[in-house]
Amino acid sequence: MIRAEHEIHTRRKSRNVGVGLILATFALIVFGLSAVKITNVGPQESFDHVVRPALAVEDS
Amino acid sequence: MADTDLYAPGVAREPGLKDYFDLLKPRVMSLVVFTALAGLLVAPQSVHPMVGFTAILFVAIGAGASGALNMWWDADIDEVMRRTARRPIPDGRVPASDALALGLGLSGLSVIMVGLAANLLAAALLAFTIFFYAVVYSMWLKRWTPQNIVIGGAAGAFPPMIGWAIATGGVSIESICMFMLIFLWTPPHFWALALFMKDDYSNAGVPMLTVTHGHRSTRRHIFVYTLVLAAFAIGMGFTSIGGPIYLSVAVVMNAIFCKGAFDILRRDRAAADADGFAVEKSFFKFSLLYLFLHFGALLGDAALRSAGLWGGF
Repeated sequence: MIRAEHEIHTRRKSRNVGVGLILATFALIVFGLSAVKITNVGPQESFDHVVRPALAVEDS
Repeated sequence: MADTDLYAPGVAREPGLKDYFDLLKPRVMSLVVFTALAGLLVAPQSVHPMVGFTAILFVAIGAGASGALNMWWDADIDEVMRRTARRPIPDGRVPASDALALGLGLSGLSVIMVGLAANLLAAALLAFTIFFYAVVYSMWLKRWTPQNIVIGGAAGAFPPMIGWAIATGGVSIESICMFMLIFLWTPPHFWALALFMKDDYSNAGVPMLTVTHGHRSTRRHIFVYTLVLAAFAIGMGFTSIGGPIYLSVAVVMNAIFCKGAFDILRRDRAAADADGFAVEKSFFKFSLLYLFLHFGALLGDAALRSAGLWGGF
């Protein structure tokens, strides 16, 4: 007899949900880390994301 | 078709997420998180909380990856020993090939993420730690020499050094001191375990000191290493990361630890058998508290310094 829900299906489903949550958390961490890195390097050119010399404060 | 035909060879059922998590040695990971965090927080420089969180998380994942590689390589030993027979591979919950894939994948990911979050030195130290534990200790030292856990203990000693490198981008005498504290603590900790594991290691063919040199010699080794550890641990209180809290904790904890080592030295196998290795077991349990309180005290002194209540010796 063919059962619609074998134990293997429920186990795989819970594992896949777990992996999905882990991947979503990973994406959030990468996003958060990127936001922190980008906002902590000072004034930047917007087109190539390097420090903009014109905005750098000159040493007196 | 039988149900077992559905699963990978060597496993009795479809592995769940928890089975894979168990491959990462969660209890070792918690110790790694704590000591790495201590290394990060006692450092003179600070990092953004998000950078610190990400770096420590992936240091823990890197440690877990090396645990999975260790379980893949040592599955034959784990099967024989009572302490490890319930691990996912010998228990038939996860196929060995999955442990290898998970270990390699997470090793690469963790090193890259620590490099991106913190700096290349911290990433290089993590990569070396994984290599040291999985290759130097597991594949080489463990089955070859009774000095296995003396040298192999270095793998467990790196996390505070990595934490320090995450914050400062360098290695200094203070981070080497934290490394040495765990490095010197490891032999007495594991030899006490080997004493009450009885015949586990000899059955598995692992040349632990108890197997190659006997219990009498192991008890002497525990005592001598504990004395060296105590001298070092108390001396560390006078470095720039030490302070009144650390020094007070170190004096008390090392006095108790030395007393425990002396009690182990005085006993013989018959006395230990008579009370079910009670002294050795309590010494082993106390050694966990010992390490926890030493690093906790370092954090306490770091808090005193940042509050301006302590300026150092």
